[in-house]
Amino acid sequence: MDALQAQALIRFGLGRRGNEPLPADPAAWLKGQITRPDPSEFPGALSTTECLTAWRLDSQQPLPPGQPSRVNSILAQEKIQQCNNALMSSAPFRERLVWFWTNHFAVSLNRLECLPVTGAFIREAIRPHVTGKFSDMVLAVMQHPAMLMYLDNWGSIGPNSPVGLQSGKGLNENLARECLELHVLSPASGYTQADVTSMARILTGWTVNFGDQHPGFVFSPALHEPGHKTVMGKVFPEGEEGGVEALTYFADQPACHQFLATKLVRHFVADDPPAGAVATIAGVLRDTHGDLAAASVALVDLPDCWTRLTKLRTPQEYVIACARAVEAEPVTTTLAAELMDGLGQPLWTPPLPNGWADRAESWAGPEALLRRAELANKIAGRHPDPDPAEVADACLGPFLRAETLQAIKFAGSRRGAMTMLMASPEFMRR
Amino acid sequence: MMHLPTLSRRSALLGLSSALVMGRASLALAAAPTDKRFAVIILRGAMDGLSAVVPYGDRYLTQWRPELLPPPVGKPGGMLDLGGFYGLHPSLSGMHQIYKAGELLPVHAVAGSYRSRSHFEAQDYMESGAEERMDSGWLNRALALLQQAPATAHTSAIAVDVTVPLLLRGATNVATWAPPSFDPLDADLYTRIVALNQADPITGPALKDAMRQRGFSDKVLAGGDHDHEAFGSLCAAAAKLMRAPDGPRLAALELEGWDTHTGQPARIASALAELDSGLVALKAGLGDAWKQTVVVVITEFGRTVRADGTLGTDHGTGTAAFIAGGSIAGGRVQANWPGLAQHNLFEDRDLQPTADLRSVAKGLLSAHLGLDGAAMLKVFPGSDRVAPMPRLLRA
Repeated sequence: MDALQAQALIRFGLGRRGNEPLPADPAAWLKGQITRPDPSEFPGALSTTECLTAWRLDSQQPLPPGQPSRVNSILAQEKIQQCNNALMSSAPFRERLVWFWTNHFAVSLNRLECLPVTGAFIREAIRPHVTGKFSDMVLAVMQHPAMLMYLDNWGSIGPNSPVGLQSGKGLNENLARECLELHVLSPASGYTQADVTSMARILTGWTVNFGDQHPGFVFSPALHEPGHKTVMGKVFPEGEEGGVEALTYFADQPACHQFLATKLVRHFVADDPPAGAVATIAGVLRDTHGDLAAASVALVDLPDCWTRLTKLRTPQEYVIACARAVEAEPVTTTLAAELMDGLGQPLWTPPLPNGWADRAESWAGPEALLRRAELANKIAGRHPDPDPAEVADACLGPFLRAETLQAIKFAGSRRGAMTMLMASPEFMRR
Repeated sequence: MMHLPTLSRRSALLGLSSALVMGRASLALAAAPTDKRFAVIILRGAMDGLSAVVPYGDRYLTQWRPELLPPPVGKPGGMLDLGGFYGLHPSLSGMHQIYKAGELLPVHAVAGSYRSRSHFEAQDYMESGAEERMDSGWLNRALALLQQAPATAHTSAIAVDVTVPLLLRGATNVATWAPPSFDPLDADLYTRIVALNQADPITGPALKDAMRQRGFSDKVLAGGDHDHEAFGSLCAAAAKLMRAPDGPRLAALELEGWDTHTGQPARIASALAELDSGLVALKAGLGDAWKQTVVVVITEFGRTVRADGTLGTDHGTGTAAFIAGGSIAGGRVQANWPGLAQHNLFEDRDLQPTADLRSVAKGLLSAHLGLDGAAMLKVFPGSDRVAPMPRLLRA
């Protein structure tokens, strides 16, 4: 493995799986993952509508005691399939983009309403759009029940809508604010409290039908605040189209391009994103009106992406990289998700709507790193056969330091050697 | 509220770990060369100050949020009176006892210097102690000044979490500790892994600290149990560690669950009960050291005075804070009350702040930890016009 191949597999991917064949042209291999269809598989996965139906049935026709509820079964299967796809993926760059955008549009299992639909949210609102238009992803996210419930928009009522006038109830600004702040524009764009409130009025009526006929996103005119609304000086019409227009418009603003470029470069290049690289990606987003495939390909072409690895793997990335290194087979339990949990990053459960942090200091606490060593030891114990020195060479190639190889060779046991490999500073980087 | 199953020492620790998994509470501690104890509890998500410390004597209150108010003082499940104008939320019965002992000082109509309503920026600024996000937190900078020579100082620091909040991050190293959730390694293997990482700027120092801290915390936490709700057990553990003669002196605790956009009455009652159990556990666990302890409870901003459309509140500005401890000049409410008439509201929606959170922190750092004015400008850069709030401690 040469340095470029190692960069492609480690910086852009999920770590090399065992001795998998190496790409002859690493950059072309990465770009091919963007242009080819998504190879991930979710056999038997349910649509959002089916998930909402299962949730309703859990309360109306509970399964016999001792049997997991429909929702718990759905959630477990979603976790298993997502982790197995990462474990086996032949398009790990694309997979990383799915995880990146899932974190950008964070929902959390901390909210019970998210349990039945988070897997479907990622499969239906995120995954199909990671190489599409950003504005399409924003619309899919903002019209998905997971986001509408997580940030409370389903119960937001226009004060002058028919329901608002009758009930005296009103706005909930949560989704509108986080959409402007965390999803699309960032505070650097300079919006005001009045803009947030106006955006919340635009999004009234974007709600969830929980009934037994076609449960899912619905636009409810009875909840929608009448009249046109102004956000950041731009006027948007009444009705569902007002929301669609606003989101599409803001998703193609310079502030949005800059915001997304900064996050992408921070994720793939360095905690402190180099300004030149950010400007390049922002320029691509501007020129292509938010084409995420073009932006992803442009990342591969950044010279900064082929320099020394400095990013610390997140707990999620670390668990997957360890499992791929020892060629762990897909499992039928939520083991991988539990291991992520043990390292402080439970799957799909960020504490707040801004998602998990993307800087080393958030993951480099002493205890957090010591736990990585203990987790490595657990994985090593389950995979006693591979030769640690061979695994080290296969998964790190030129990045393997002489002292780590030395420690592996002089370890008291195979398991100890494998633990030291995975607890080495070079294995923790990507 | 979360109840933990029956507790052995180890399972108590795992219970703490599950609190972490619930994503609601966490703790970090640091040593300092002083006998004074200082703890900061951050309520993440913006606590509604008007629910925690209800200004029931303000005649405009009920017109804005009748559906959000607890029952009156004296009624079953009613507010707990604080001298005739303010009432504590009924979930804060333990803190009411501390108030009656003169050891709790609610501060009202307070806010950071920040006037937008983003949780994340406001939390960063509050923890940075500045009008911008910095790479270190004000508590870390206060620690550096207490230690004078941070490079060589022995920092015996522990965090019952796997991460350190910005408040305590910075040049002075703060280690973390958390209950193991995986089987421990052979002692020899730990040593080798520390050696393997020695030269790395990030993983090297962190792993070295981790080893030292586990030894210390395991020793102090041996025996005893922490049979409370999650936050209560975290506070009990913190108190036990801080009480030890060679234990840490500064603590940063975090509690989530305050972003009550919907269903606020039930959600805030549960969150406040958790906070209450934490303060009670701190006082009980610190024992004699309570006299030398100051605890300050802060949140990034308050919530709207009016209820929103979904029995909740949106992001606001002015809110309440709490100060507690054995030497606090408590048993009263510290506030320059702005009033809730419409023309008094900030931007026609929020409680008008009349005090700066930094003046509260400065008042405590000077009276309790003895930092002088020059030191204070290092802890809170650009705060020269923010005077320390006087008379927070008994003379």
